Amino acid sequence: MGEEMSRKPYVREISKTTWFLRQPRYMRYMAREVTCIFIFAYTFLLICALGSLADGPDAFQEFLNSLRSPWGVLFNLAVLVVTAYHSLSWFVVTPQAMPIQRGEEFVPGNIIVNAHYGAWAVVSLIILIWGM
Amino acid sequence: MAKSNKPIFWGLFAAGGTVTAFVTPALVLITLFAAFGAGMDMFTYEAIHAFAAWWLGKLIIFGVILLSLWHAAHRLRVTAHDFGIRADTVVAYVVYGLAALGTLMTIVYLLRI
Amino acid sequence: MSERQIQLEVLRYNPETDSAPRFQTYAVPCLNEWVVLDALNYVKENLDPTLSYRWSCHMAVCGSCGMMINGEPKLGCKAFIHEYGDSIRVEPLAHFPIERDLVTVVEDFIAKLASVKPYLIPKEDKPVSAGEFKQTPAELMKFKQYTLCINCMLCYAACPQYGLVPEFVGPAALALAHRYNQDSRDGGRDQRQEVVASDEGVWECSFVGACSEVCPKHVDPAGALQQIKVASTIDWYKEHLMPWVKK
Repeated sequence: MGEEMSRKPYVREISKTTWFLRQPRYMRYMAREVTCIFIFAYTFLLICALGSLADGPDAFQEFLNSLRSPWGVLFNLAVLVVTAYHSLSWFVVTPQAMPIQRGEEFVPGNIIVNAHYGAWAVVSLIILIWGM
Repeated sequence: MAKSNKPIFWGLFAAGGTVTAFVTPALVLITLFAAFGAGMDMFTYEAIHAFAAWWLGKLIIFGVILLSLWHAAHRLRVTAHDFGIRADTVVAYVVYGLAALGTLMTIVYLLRI
Repeated sequence: MSERQIQLEVLRYNPETDSAPRFQTYAVPCLNEWVVLDALNYVKENLDPTLSYRWSCHMAVCGSCGMMINGEPKLGCKAFIHEYGDSIRVEPLAHFPIERDLVTVVEDFIAKLASVKPYLIPKEDKPVSAGEFKQTPAELMKFKQYTLCINCMLCYAACPQYGLVPEFVGPAALALAHRYNQDSRDGGRDQRQEVVASDEGVWECSFVGACSEVCPKHVDPAGALQQIKVASTIDWYKEHLMPWVKK
């Protein structure tokens, strides 16, 4: 001892743009994150609908007509799939973010998740009945 | 170290994430039907206008749109970073600016209904 | 006892002679009940005494033998050979600099751990004569799972945000801060929040969830971090929108 140990730590660089390709769980994470782009776009579609509603019956009819195209169908289909993925990925982590303790024990996570799925079904049903 | 101001946006992100998880898929189903042109008679201007003119209807529409916008904006800021864009301040101004614009448009439209 | 020949690919790095790490393959006759750490010990004892790696307890308690096994952060002592094919690739824990072979530089984690004050800070000093700090089983359950952390750093190797932003305080340290914040005997949350609620604290986390998936003790750091975010957000709104409400 006494002699200075030579240190030369080696740092492995990580790509800032392609790091998520390394592991399937990172890909799943990115799939969850990009749902926001679709939700953003769809919310602006709703804002356009609201604008046409404010402009009167003719403008609203024009909005409905502009929706009726293969692109309108394709866009809505894509948003449907993506937002459903957002909902599933959101509810499934709720017990981690908001655990519920009753007495000593924590409520099992799957009960919390299933309660959310149930509430989701009820809310969706109400919206569909109201909206149609 | 100073405490972060991210809680402002994260609060909206989390509330918005919950709201969109519950309501957006059903809303998309409705607009999808409209895009198919199915049952055009069910989307009557009068019925939808009446809902948007009702004070509680206004509040619900405003709440859903506001929270969806700020949820998406905040997550997009994080996603930009994840794709390697390191100009976080610029990204924050752009995405929050878009959300603010959408919020403003919603307020104006709702007041006109 | 069945024996199987395994090709063990190990990332080697000698700071005195190498400019970059390289893989070296060893043919190891493994017994079926072996773990990867046993295979490394076989190499060290029989094939190549220069191989460096950390280990101590061989029973998932000490947290020393964390390594990447086929790209996944694992404890070498908990990764059973029979769960792998005939070729196993072993690398040092991701996101940490390599000191030598499988040994990583962990000073950064140690400093971050210390920065969140992971120990009880009692609300008020109490003389021993005043008796013990009592706690109900329900109060114990609030933080018990977080006490299981063995500081093995697998969560840091799994966390992409730590890899991309090395300033991030990271999963284990923040989960341990949460462990003490949740303890009914503790009064140190305000002190910890200085680090925990900063930009480099919990707000660098984007809830990838990888930390909880790889945790060998099921601590669920990701859950702890989201709970910290919720509490810190409530703090922020109280402080800025309702300044008349005193904590």
